[in-house]
Amino acid sequence: MPEITEETVKKIARLANLRMDPDETARFTEHLEKVLEYMRKLNQLDTTGIPQTAHVLPLQNVWREDEVLPGLDRSEALAGAPDVRDDCFRVPRIIE
Amino acid sequence: MDKNYEIVIGLEVHVELATDSKIFCHCPTLFGAPPNTQVCPVCLGLPGSLPVLNRQALVLAMRAALALESTLAEHTKFDRKNYFYPDLPKAYQISQFDQPLALGGSVEIAAPAGPKRIAITRVHMEEDAGKLIHQGAGGRLGTAGSSLVDYNRTGVPLIEIVSEPDLRSADEAYAYLIALKEILQHTGISDCNMEEGSLRCDANISVRLRGEQVLGTKAELKNMNSFKHIRSAIEYEARRQIRVLIEGGQVVQESRLWDEEKDMSYPMRSKEEAHDYRYFPEPDLPVITITAEVREAIRQSLPELPQARRQRFRQKYALNEYNAGVLISSRELADFFESMVDCQAPAQAACNWLTVELLGKLNAEGRRITQSPVSPEHLAELVRMIELGKISGKIGKKVFAEMFQSGRAPEDIVAKQGLSQISDPGVMRKMVDEVLAAHPGPTAEYRNGKTQTLGFLVGRVMQASGGQANPKLVNQILKERLG
Ligand SMILES: [Zn+2]
Repeated sequence: MPEITEETVKKIARLANLRMDPDETARFTEHLEKVLEYMRKLNQLDTTGIPQTAHVLPLQNVWREDEVLPGLDRSEALAGAPDVRDDCFRVPRIIE
Repeated sequence: MDKNYEIVIGLEVHVELATDSKIFCHCPTLFGAPPNTQVCPVCLGLPGSLPVLNRQALVLAMRAALALESTLAEHTKFDRKNYFYPDLPKAYQISQFDQPLALGGSVEIAAPAGPKRIAITRVHMEEDAGKLIHQGAGGRLGTAGSSLVDYNRTGVPLIEIVSEPDLRSADEAYAYLIALKEILQHTGISDCNMEEGSLRCDANISVRLRGEQVLGTKAELKNMNSFKHIRSAIEYEARRQIRVLIEGGQVVQESRLWDEEKDMSYPMRSKEEAHDYRYFPEPDLPVITITAEVREAIRQSLPELPQARRQRFRQKYALNEYNAGVLISSRELADFFESMVDCQAPAQAACNWLTVELLGKLNAEGRRITQSPVSPEHLAELVRMIELGKISGKIGKKVFAEMFQSGRAPEDIVAKQGLSQISDPGVMRKMVDEVLAAHPGPTAEYRNGKTQTLGFLVGRVMQASGGQANPKLVNQILKERLG
């Protein structure tokens, strides 16, 4: 019984701001189901005694000191902006 | 407000941590810089950039958690909170979800009916978003033609403090915010500068019939940054919900914004899926382990908390509740007061001069205690001069005005302007003896019973002192020397 339906894909696409035509929806439904199938295989592993982790690297407590260093010049920062006004990034109106 | 209904409030307070640089990059956190001048590839979310945690942000967040009696996690991690909004350049906010920095805790508040403990649910770290400037009619969201974005604030370190729904009125919510602000300021975690948005608050509000156990449907008031507005907004929202229920309607679960000019709230037009944040662990930031040693070291580094300090002020300095409260309202003020006491100023007089005279003048000029031209040492000296009778209280106010103007030491001002009142009996005796020796006639007359000559002799002593002798003392010593 597949877990990923076309409805799931449409919802994910909407949340990710992606436009998808029906062909793509069908294709991604299949792809995502395959990914899950692989995960189900991983689920068969016996993980008793293995601590849960949120990170794949054996690292912890990585940090830096609270020190100010120069960043980008404003012109550099705004260089990639699609539209600029009053030294700011200008974006289309937002409907909240 | 209808007495049959009970108001239930929980607050989510966002506080800016007092670091020099942002939480995941080296950009400064200064307020008021020109737009987009405190940005770098990390806080702009440019591809290929990687965040690194600012240790001081973690230290301050841990300190906040412990000051709120919250339990620090042994392991904590960051998560991505995903949503699209132009103030968020990465399209996700780095926050904490299922393993927050700390759980539990409480804050004691001065509720109208007496002290009350408000439980804390959790404390977590996150980054701030940018600032949107809306253009077009009214400047309000929705009616604006386009929006401008300034990313200077993006990545400024925040903690979010979530309370349990323990608050029962707008006044209690207000008292909670005051208590929280005092704790965070006293511990150096945040300057809590409201004008600069260092402390912002979302309020979850619901109402229910008294005695009802189940919580009513809540509405969330978003992003308020003035305690006064928060109080009015909660008040308004509770009244609105009660009216809806009385009229037989149902409260809709929604986010609302407070319009401070119109004194009313209105619903935000959010899309439903905007609340599906799809949190997942931030792969670019390794987990944090907090050992017992680190936890205890942070606990040791905590200064005296305001509640304890208020108690101590009342007991050690015999101040009343009101005065202790005024002094504790900011750490700088409490420190100023204690510096004065350390300089031997009597506590009550120090408190009066500080809170009435100095604060009065500072407030009139819109300045803060940290910008005072008068130092605690100088104000203490002035108070001591009055207490010791070197100058009168009236002259004291004159000297104080001059100190505030020039920042000079009171002794200096008194000496230069010849304002000191001679009250030293030793100095006075010498002066009296000289006057008596210079006027043997009237002296003999007095001793022979012609007591009217005393007036003449007082006049001479006053003259000799340049008008600065304490007249009462002159009389007393003259009688003593003539007797
Ligand atoms: Zn940056």
